[in-house]
Amino acid sequence: MNDGILEFINVGKEYSGHAVLKGINMDVRPGEIHALIGENGAGKSTLMNILFGMPVIHETGGFTGEVRVGGQNAKIMNPHDAMEQGIGMVHQEFMLIPGFSITENIKINREITRETLMSKFFGQRMELLDHKKMAGDARKALDIMGMDIEEYTKVEGLPVGHMQFVEIAREIDKTGIRFLVFDEPTAVLTESETEHLLDAIRKLAAQGIGIIFISHRLDEIIRVSDRVTILRDGEWVATEETKNITAAEIARLMVGRALTLDRTEGSRQISGEEILRVENLRVNMPGEEVKGVDLSVRKGEILGIGGLAGQGKLGIANGLMGMYPVKGKVTFKGEPLDVANNSETLKKGIAFLSEDRKGVGLLLSSPIDLNIAFSAMEVHGKFIKKVGPLSLTDRKEIRENAEKMAKELDIRCTSVAQNAGALSGGNQQKVCVGRALCLDPDLLLVSEPTRGIDIGAKKLILDLLKSLAEERGMTIVMTSSELAELRSICDRVLIICEGKVAGELSPTDSDEVYGLMMSGVSKEEAMKASGAVQGDSLQKGGAVNG
Amino acid sequence: MGKKIGNAINRIGIPTFAVGALLLVLLIAAGALGQSIPTLISDILKRIGMNGVLVLAMLPAIKSGVGPNFALPIGIEGGLMAMIICMQFDFEGWGLIGAATLLCILFCSILGFLYGKLMNAVKGAEMTIATYSGFSMCAFFNILWLAIPFSNRKMGWMLGNGLRETIDMKKFGAKNIISDFLAFKIGKVTIPVGMILTLALLCFITWLFFQTKTGMAIYAGGQNPRFAEASGLNINRNRIIANVFSTILAGLGIILYSQGYGYTQLYNGPMNMAFPAVAAVLVGGATASKASIPNVLIGVCLFQGLMTTGMPVMNQIFTGTDLSDIMRIIIQNGVILYALTKVKSGGDR
Repeated sequence: MNDGILEFINVGKEYSGHAVLKGINMDVRPGEIHALIGENGAGKSTLMNILFGMPVIHETGGFTGEVRVGGQNAKIMNPHDAMEQGIGMVHQEFMLIPGFSITENIKINREITRETLMSKFFGQRMELLDHKKMAGDARKALDIMGMDIEEYTKVEGLPVGHMQFVEIAREIDKTGIRFLVFDEPTAVLTESETEHLLDAIRKLAAQGIGIIFISHRLDEIIRVSDRVTILRDGEWVATEETKNITAAEIARLMVGRALTLDRTEGSRQISGEEILRVENLRVNMPGEEVKGVDLSVRKGEILGIGGLAGQGKLGIANGLMGMYPVKGKVTFKGEPLDVANNSETLKKGIAFLSEDRKGVGLLLSSPIDLNIAFSAMEVHGKFIKKVGPLSLTDRKEIRENAEKMAKELDIRCTSVAQNAGALSGGNQQKVCVGRALCLDPDLLLVSEPTRGIDIGAKKLILDLLKSLAEERGMTIVMTSSELAELRSICDRVLIICEGKVAGELSPTDSDEVYGLMMSGVSKEEAMKASGAVQGDSLQKGGAVNG
Repeated sequence: MGKKIGNAINRIGIPTFAVGALLLVLLIAAGALGQSIPTLISDILKRIGMNGVLVLAMLPAIKSGVGPNFALPIGIEGGLMAMIICMQFDFEGWGLIGAATLLCILFCSILGFLYGKLMNAVKGAEMTIATYSGFSMCAFFNILWLAIPFSNRKMGWMLGNGLRETIDMKKFGAKNIISDFLAFKIGKVTIPVGMILTLALLCFITWLFFQTKTGMAIYAGGQNPRFAEASGLNINRNRIIANVFSTILAGLGIILYSQGYGYTQLYNGPMNMAFPAVAAVLVGGATASKASIPNVLIGVCLFQGLMTTGMPVMNQIFTGTDLSDIMRIIIQNGVILYALTKVKSGGDR
């Protein structure tokens, strides 16, 4: 029965006391395409790291539970063990040698050799490569995928899609490959290449190879997979036959949260006045590229920007602050703004809380008071006293200001002379907020305000942001990967997909719509599909009743 | 108990502690060997005064994130050029010192600006490139010393053209002019008040500079360039300012050094002057990315103390050897090596 089946039995993993995976049960049958889906941080990568015995798992105390192959504990302690068990992976980043031909890349370190006169005396190292046989094997592997490219072509200069195929060919050429993991294989491919790849995956499955297909594109999952397993926050949510589930249902299961942050309607004064207008913004931020975003922010509102990692949502705020090369037309308070010159941006009243708190947001080995005062000092010349021709920093004022802020924002520290690096994540974030407040901005850009902050402190930070909007009339643009967070305090939420605005949602829209839009479905379709779910369940209900 | 001592050593820093302990041992040994302690202390004070400003020149460079100024010879050559030009026009005594100081600030500003530009172009590899740009600058000035037609006979060779290797400051009435200013004796110990005052004044100016808005910006840029950038600062400009400052200090440092030594050393003299200065500031507890005025002062006292005491003691114990100089080289380079292993990542990005 479980001949050749791959099973995860009650798998769990903790990183220094913080559980990232809890009791995962999942199995992959030979010849099956099993899709694995979850938001960023749901635990997909950790699960795959466990499967491959990656050092990061075993250096941090291993995992609980078992990985079984064919009913037996596979005891995978390192990537080599995984290979022995016939488990392969197609990497997202291509691990190919550009100057080698396709055959050479496929056969690297597993070359076929033939005996020569020399090798009879000097051993195997002197054997010649059997190019013919190697090419034959490579051809076979390429044929399985229906790839009609010549096997002696150099990898250099191949289109990205083809490189991906070479990578797959290398895996299937390994004898005894039984399971193959595809990690976001379509992320870098064009539509036709994707089509091609999905075909190849189906062919592989038809040969009896079990496939784990990780993707966030719901439509692909629906099209290609036999079963789908959904993870959320490190927990198993559901495993379903794909034919019994809709994209909308998957989206809902993926996004929906047991623990929700309550939304309380605020008493914000949102005027119709437009404070910021962005047209065709392009930001070259590595990994978060923005490819032409238009948006408009009204005075006094909290605008949310959401989307999956790598889609470009973080690039927007970073681009507006000139942290990366940026192009586009930005109008702030009716005047054009040169965003590449960020000292001007700061002077005009835009402040930024970076998602990289430790790297960009703070001077870790400097005291809290200096951290809070620094930007205002440099941008607006606050906390400066003139002594003759010199403009010296006013230590006393800096100290007093920090003490005031610490009280107002409830920064927990023994003294404001403490180094910022000694504080907890939540308190560090408050120091950053304090620094932004000293700038007295009209518009605050906030990126991932609760990243790396424990759940209790998250609420405090969000409440703080909300009170800034309500009490000080500050306009806030908040970028976050956590939908629950966006939906708890924002007035509108923009979903970013592939560097562009996919659409605007209301915080009260359903989980399905959010999930679908994040995976690239247009708003109309998402609305329709989520409507269909409700329709479906009504019908089902009716059927049961009938 | 052992743990407490370990913690204390860690807080002081291993190089500081080791060199401090060694200095103590040497001073005791010197006393036991019947060396004249007052003479030794007078020597140490003099050398602290001579070298202090050169070590202080490390501070702006380290604070700005460029790392220790291994290109100290650039500033030194600027200072030397200023002195030589003033000597050519027969400035003497305080006139020479004053004129050379002004001219030095001019030359070193230009050199420092160009050097700063270079450092901005090679972010991440500052220390190596600084070392070699210092060396190259020495070679370039070697040509200048020969090629520029200086005509004052007090500086030339007996025969032929070009400047001598060492020019006697006594001929210009400038030998020890600052060292002897207000100098007095406590018992047999001479206190070179003029030099100590100069060092104190320059330390104060440096400290004050880092209290200003610009100084603060330079410091932040050195600590965390991304942070500074997010606060709208022009990091490259700030790094240039810091390098100009450092280069000027190097130039002033060599004027102070030369008058104390009694000679201006040209040609390859400045070539290796960066290393003792770098070592001193590191011994004082600075790192390649963090330094303070106390680091400079502690460092110069310990390092120069060690150098001064080591020589007579070693020579007496191991007669006829050159062990003290070997020891200097081991400690100087050892400390630099130790500090460089502590550098996490060079430059930013």
